[in-house]
Amino acid sequence: MTTEILEAAPAGTVAAADFDPRVEGQRLIKDWYAGLAEAPRRGQHVANVFVMGNAVEILRAFDFQLVFPEINSLQTGVRKASGEYIRLSEDYGMSPDVCSYVKADVGLMLKENEHPVGRIPKAHLAIASNMCSTFIKWAEIWERWLKVPTFVLDLPGQRATNWRVRPGDAQHAADSRWVEAQFRDLIEKCEKITGKRFDIDRLAEVEERVNQMVFHWNNVMALNRMCPAPYNAMLDGLTYIGIMNVYRGAPEGVEFMRRLERQLKAKVARGEGRVAEERFRLLFSGTPCYVSMRRLVELFETWGGVFAYSDYLTFAAGGMDAGELVYDTSRPLESLAEITALAAQRGLSNQFFAHERLEQQIRDYAVDGIVFHGIKSCRFVSSGMADTRDYLNKRLAVPSLYIESDLIDPRYWSDAQIKNRVDAFFEALNQRGVPPPGDRKTIAAEAGRAA
Amino acid sequence: MKYVAGVDVGSTQTKAIIIDRNKTIVGRALLDMETSMATVAQDAFRAALENADITEGEVLRIAGTGYGRYKVTFGHEQVTEISCHARGAIALFPGTRTVIDIGGQDTKAIRVKPDGQVGDFTMNDKCAAGTGRFLGAASYALEMSLADLGPLALKSQNPVRITTTCTVFAESEIISHLAKGLLPEDVLMGVHQAITSRCVSLARRVGIESEVTFTGGVSRNVAVVKLIEQAVGAPINVSPDAHFCGALGAALFAHDRAFGVQSEDQAQTALAAA
Repeated sequence: MTTEILEAAPAGTVAAADFDPRVEGQRLIKDWYAGLAEAPRRGQHVANVFVMGNAVEILRAFDFQLVFPEINSLQTGVRKASGEYIRLSEDYGMSPDVCSYVKADVGLMLKENEHPVGRIPKAHLAIASNMCSTFIKWAEIWERWLKVPTFVLDLPGQRATNWRVRPGDAQHAADSRWVEAQFRDLIEKCEKITGKRFDIDRLAEVEERVNQMVFHWNNVMALNRMCPAPYNAMLDGLTYIGIMNVYRGAPEGVEFMRRLERQLKAKVARGEGRVAEERFRLLFSGTPCYVSMRRLVELFETWGGVFAYSDYLTFAAGGMDAGELVYDTSRPLESLAEITALAAQRGLSNQFFAHERLEQQIRDYAVDGIVFHGIKSCRFVSSGMADTRDYLNKRLAVPSLYIESDLIDPRYWSDAQIKNRVDAFFEALNQRGVPPPGDRKTIAAEAGRAA
Repeated sequence: MKYVAGVDVGSTQTKAIIIDRNKTIVGRALLDMETSMATVAQDAFRAALENADITEGEVLRIAGTGYGRYKVTFGHEQVTEISCHARGAIALFPGTRTVIDIGGQDTKAIRVKPDGQVGDFTMNDKCAAGTGRFLGAASYALEMSLADLGPLALKSQNPVRITTTCTVFAESEIISHLAKGLLPEDVLMGVHQAITSRCVSLARRVGIESEVTFTGGVSRNVAVVKLIEQAVGAPINVSPDAHFCGALGAALFAHDRAFGVQSEDQAQTALAAA
């Protein structure tokens, strides 16, 4: 799949020019929020879900309108309104150390669901899982404050050091049965809430669309192995992953990803990169600082540094990142359970094997350095970074930079301090020197073929 | 003779260094910060010119560094203090592999590769604990000058453990210990241990390799020097020009541009002769 992308002459170069992923992505997100605001009037059922471990395919088969509270919170950051929502929750009594996504959501509830983009409807059902320990406590707030029925998925995770599930092994089969049984309970619950009978063919249709999105998504990711990289994984990539999550299994999502791939292929064919002169290729590890992401990217791009890859695009895509995770639509429920069990395992084991994963991605994307972004209010994604950084530094001698701010809390963004670190990182990269662009293209192409 | 200059605009003081073509320091100046960074940067540069007994027209290039480096509006380039402290430390002590710098608001640890490049660095984040400000708080609470803190701390027999990491709260903790009748030297040693523990922890993150060179204004504090040596288990390098290290590094970067890249050995020889 990857080799085909890197070598095939792109089709539809001219037609792709009329598609602007940023504009189209913004339109789709706006439409999604407009649909949410309209849901109560239309009598539609609404479900709160997280981006990981969410059974969205089942909910779509029941025509639930999906609310992603994490995305609501990050959107307050993007729109520079998060400070107000966080302050409301702290005025209420929440600690500054609590996850800022949770606090922005509590602020939203205190503002009677008035979000900068529109009114968020009350959910009829919430799905949480153990993919992040905060999810369960967060869902308990909805349950207690808003009386939202909550369904918690128990997804098997790490059992021992260096242990992991392999597709098809006995443990995976057992895990899948465990997850499938929970899905059957969830389906019963959805039938009671919506008054609709579960339609397995609808589930297969949704899964087929997810498969198509995943196909394009993997191609989109692989295209950034080219030099120059056609997009910035931590700016453009955030729009793409937003669509992947919000429109997962929806026709609009398939169409966006199909057109996106075509547009990026055309850019690659024209030799057009994200920045005018790509001097450094970088990998971003961790979660974005949505409140200042554009500024952060600007600090890097000023030096000709482009994020060719980000592991955020992997772990925040709810398991849609890996090519082999393709639904078998002839047995939709079993396949959904099998893939959910695998994706959950990967997500939950993420920190234990981050060094191996990043080592591979450093090679695949021919990067010159890694940027680790620690999140002040999220130890879950930040705690293993020191070990990973140490490992990569010693084993691969890849320069790395550690910066810290927050998901959306503007108080943790110190512009002068972060700029100082970024500038020093590039000064060191400059001293070290990078391969000339010609060599870089060859390295990138070979990495793509080998993958 | 033509010269180059480095101006390090820090949070509490501004340092300026002028070096000649042989990388010999010919002038230096150190001024306390005022409200206008741009003015104090200009004043420090002029004072260094006076100290070197040369005119502005004889200076080919000027590099700015420190948080206020963009306020060196008369400079030709800006370089971060991380690169400058590493460069300056190697010029002062060519065997340097680890740089610990404690300034007014910043503490940084830099691992230097054998070829002189910055291998890794780390800095205090969003908190002034473990920086010169921590000693500033002690100086205020004890009504003593900064210069007297280190010698008094070294007289301590029973250091007090300072538990707070917050510079602001440290002041109230110090006052409360003094109010309980504890000896000022014991309280002060606790303050020095707290600051050292924070900066050595930063250095361990990048990996401490010998030789360790201590730079920045706090390197003039004898107690901190002694405590760092105890923590790393070896003597550390401290130059009389340690607080000018960032400015010296900046001047060396300006020198690269003005005269081309030269061996740091030449700089070392020249500096030893200075």
